[in-house]
Amino acid sequence: MSVLLKKIQLLGRSGLSYCQEIGKAGIFLTNTLVRKPRFGKSFPLLIEQLFSVGVLSVIIIIVSALFIGMVLGLQGYNTLTQYASSQQLGVLVAKSVVRELGPVICALLFAGRAGSALTAEIGLMKATEQLDSMEMMGVDPLWRVIAPRFWAGFIAMPVLEIIFSAVAIFGGYLVGVEWLGVDGGSFWGNMQASVAFHEDIVNGIIKSIVFGFVVTWIAVYQGYATVPTAEGIGRATTRTVVYSSLAVLGLDFVLTAVMMGGW
Amino acid sequence: MRARSIETLVGLFMLAGIVALLVLALKVSGLSSYVGGTGYIVTANFDNVGDLKIRAPVTISGVRVGAITKIQLDKTTFKAVVTMKINADQNEIPADTSASIYTQGLLGSNYISLNPGYDQTVLKNGSVIGNTHPALILEDLIGQLLFSLKNPSK
Repeated sequence: MSVLLKKIQLLGRSGLSYCQEIGKAGIFLTNTLVRKPRFGKSFPLLIEQLFSVGVLSVIIIIVSALFIGMVLGLQGYNTLTQYASSQQLGVLVAKSVVRELGPVICALLFAGRAGSALTAEIGLMKATEQLDSMEMMGVDPLWRVIAPRFWAGFIAMPVLEIIFSAVAIFGGYLVGVEWLGVDGGSFWGNMQASVAFHEDIVNGIIKSIVFGFVVTWIAVYQGYATVPTAEGIGRATTRTVVYSSLAVLGLDFVLTAVMMGGW
Repeated sequence: MRARSIETLVGLFMLAGIVALLVLALKVSGLSSYVGGTGYIVTANFDNVGDLKIRAPVTISGVRVGAITKIQLDKTTFKAVVTMKINADQNEIPADTSASIYTQGLLGSNYISLNPGYDQTVLKNGSVIGNTHPALILEDLIGQLLFSLKNPSK
């Protein structure tokens, strides 16, 4: 009996600590975002972070987008030719990239490339007591360290997603039109006839804005809440990638249901 | 120097994002429809264009020679006016050429096929193709088939 009671207690404790953790992350985010803006001083910090979060991620985004678009073109062509409708290849590539693959794969890559780096960086700052010493000097680490990184991720993510989508569609074009010989006019024409700017492209961008928010939030918070040891930093980095991947995939379903599922 | 190069790279990054957005808006979702390349404009009036779309190919014997740039409705004759741009190097198409709308495959999209005639004069910028065959509408065909099946005496 008492064993069962202990198990239930354990469950209750872990549930409570889970809620506590979410609450802490929420308070942390509010403290980071809700403050008097100091544009003149924050802007250079933001630019620096945009460079390391955004510009340095461009290469991996472009390369993976190109290959994903090319694979889509190849697979789609093989299936569509069985129904003699290979001229719909453009629609297939554009719709799947703009609606789903662009935001989701971009967010997963972003979590792996930039999110983990953010966590490790902030975690190491905490482990080496840089954050504490900043506070000692009267500089708020939330403003100096966390806020620029958060905003940089939030801004960079949609930009990366747009680049990803455009490059992936170009990859599909390369394989479909230039290599496999689908008519270029039908490729673009059918695509334009069925891809709507607001319903497809803007919704994809909205998705990536939400993903950018969530992924950077998780990365920054995990770094800030690291147990300040070498092992702790490693765990926090792993947690960032795992949590943000799960959050992206789960949220993607919810967002699709809300925006495109007619729910 | 390093700070400035970082700013430049971030600026380029933002610029790449804006350019990609423009590509998505104009080229992928077709907010503006623009058919590039040089060529001359020819129009043809059809009774029914079916599922023909802007940018669909114009072919002769299956070889692409141009693209459709505009589809409008004539307000007096209620015919569809299809404007197409023929590539500039295809400048010896006879003036009595006929135009038909065909379907690529069973379920594919529509395109225009030109059947060259024997006239000595050639199609020029602004020419109108008089002899046209409308798109085959599957429902009409089935309707005719059913009608002829019901009235076998004909």
